[in-house]
Amino acid sequence: MKSAIIQLPGLNRDRDMIAALTRISGKAPITVWQTETELPDVDLVVIPGGFSYGDYLRCGAIAARMPVMQAVAEKARKGVLVMGVCNGFQVLLEMGLLPGALMRNASLKFVCREVKLEVTNANTAFTRSYAQGQIIRCPVAHHDGNYFADDEILKRIEGEGQVAFRYAEGTNPNGSVNDIAGIVSDSGNVLGMMPHPENLIEAAHGGDDGRALFAGLLGKAA
Amino acid sequence: MIKARVTVTLKNGVLDPQGKAIEGALDALGFSGVGSVRQGKVFDLELEGSDKAKAESDLNAMCEKLLANTVIEDYTVSVT
Repeated sequence: MKSAIIQLPGLNRDRDMIAALTRISGKAPITVWQTETELPDVDLVVIPGGFSYGDYLRCGAIAARMPVMQAVAEKARKGVLVMGVCNGFQVLLEMGLLPGALMRNASLKFVCREVKLEVTNANTAFTRSYAQGQIIRCPVAHHDGNYFADDEILKRIEGEGQVAFRYAEGTNPNGSVNDIAGIVSDSGNVLGMMPHPENLIEAAHGGDDGRALFAGLLGKAA
Repeated sequence: MIKARVTVTLKNGVLDPQGKAIEGALDALGFSGVGSVRQGKVFDLELEGSDKAKAESDLNAMCEKLLANTVIEDYTVSVT
């Protein structure tokens, strides 16, 4: 499987994501800079975490309106897998590729710690290497991860199985409604999540619970 | 030259943790009786031309496309 990773000024988790994709797939992702208007022919596009454009205006707001993101939206429309982690999730929401919004953490504090995630829907392209309801460990590091959606959207995404991950065992770090940590689009090919699975893929990280996500995506055994 | 002010606020029903923190800080400073605080953003813009109707419709488009996230925010536009 071929993958591409979007690079923007202020993103700082791109190297971790490149390392994860390279180690698990055996092939380095193609890096795509903000000014590109076309993406290479790939099966997976990843928007990594960080603080694109200094988080000015709203997290992900400026990034979502850069030319390269129109190319990402085009790929998503064609059914290519698109994954946004942390700031990447915020960008996908600002682009309207996913429903809802991410707000300032309820505690108002930046949280950098490990949480537990429940695999709420194991029947997505991103979660199929996990068991339904499986609890995994995953690190989070963010200031604006408080997922919000109005009742109508919530009812829809809960009903349609679009909630992929939920914070489990009382570890919700940010006040997200319904403990939502990650969602997929109604078409199923776009995933946004606040936690960082790319930071828990090998023993040196203290665990490898995040590895299965990439392994499943990249067609490799976990 | 047209001067305009855009105000962006959180929609009713959207929790505002920053507003809550400000409310607590005001109370700590001795300003009792503050019922609630909701915070938001103000944008002051200068627009070329003199057509106020056009300016207003442009400003609304700017809000819809960038200045506000209409999932969680409302906006008002005032042209002077």
